[in-house]
Amino acid sequence: MAAGLVARKAGMTQIFAEDGAAVPVTVLNVEPCRVVALRTSENDGYDAIQVGFGAAPRVQSRAVQGHYAKQGQDAMRSLKEFRLNKGESFELGQELTAEMFEVGQKIDVSGTSKGHGFAGVMKRYDFGGGRATHGAEKTHRQMGSTGQCQWPGRVFPGKKMPGHYGDVRITTQNLTIVRIDAEAGRILVKGAVPGAKSGYVELRPAVKGA
Amino acid sequence: MRALDDVTKDQIRDDIPAFREGDTVRVNVRVVDFKDTKKGVERRERLQAYEGVVIARHNKGISSSFTVRKISGGIGVERVFPLHSPMLESIAVVRHGRVRRAKLYYLRQLAGKAARIRERRIR
Repeated sequence: MAAGLVARKAGMTQIFAEDGAAVPVTVLNVEPCRVVALRTSENDGYDAIQVGFGAAPRVQSRAVQGHYAKQGQDAMRSLKEFRLNKGESFELGQELTAEMFEVGQKIDVSGTSKGHGFAGVMKRYDFGGGRATHGAEKTHRQMGSTGQCQWPGRVFPGKKMPGHYGDVRITTQNLTIVRIDAEAGRILVKGAVPGAKSGYVELRPAVKGA
Repeated sequence: MRALDDVTKDQIRDDIPAFREGDTVRVNVRVVDFKDTKKGVERRERLQAYEGVVIARHNKGISSSFTVRKISGGIGVERVFPLHSPMLESIAVVRHGRVRRAKLYYLRQLAGKAARIRERRIR
């Protein structure tokens, strides 16, 4: 049984494994999660659960209030949907906790990456930039050529150029769960997850591997 | 950071003696060997002592570490140990040194008599 959870990234640290190896881990604090609505293939064409998470804000629009009232559920901060595999079933109002995963299990973690604003090609795509000296003038961090001349006579689509960097949804796949503290609602995964500290991330069983 | 300290507090060691840069320490390291036997792979653990001068300490919770330098067979050897690692059986302070730097990287350029460190009197 595992569809998904919402957690907040607390940050990274390290712990020592039994054989003495230092394991880099990301600490994820699981938000209070509850199944707020069900999606069924008869009604919606697909099977999923809608999960509410976090504490409800003081003011909510009538439309949002109505959504919760229709399902007979208490309001929560926000909603996310998790698709279900065949044979998985959840009940309306069911609480989801860190215990739905197991230690050693591989999971995929999705989050919003750190925003870097409008970034040049050196930061955004690791271009090499120009020379610092030897007569280089005003081209220390420029991208260089964008293509050829009369043929093709255009810049190819997808050419890496300066632009907005980060603040997009990123999924890191196959992270191993190192430790689960059910009491504190805390999951430790090996390696890094996308996003800034205290950012929301989605935890799902790994689609590949495992 | 405080939320993360909560995660690591059970692995923070409290049996570590007070020592600082310039001190000579003896570190007993657990070394694990794997030996092929007829019954399969056998796991053996033994202790290996490493003695030298602490030339740097890095204080950062569970990630704290210290660097020990010694001259082995005329060659300078430095080892960085994670301070809270369970692989360290014990740390013993052999001699207290009096130094005026927090990082003694200048010792790498010195050898023999010049690399001596004055003893620190402990009150």
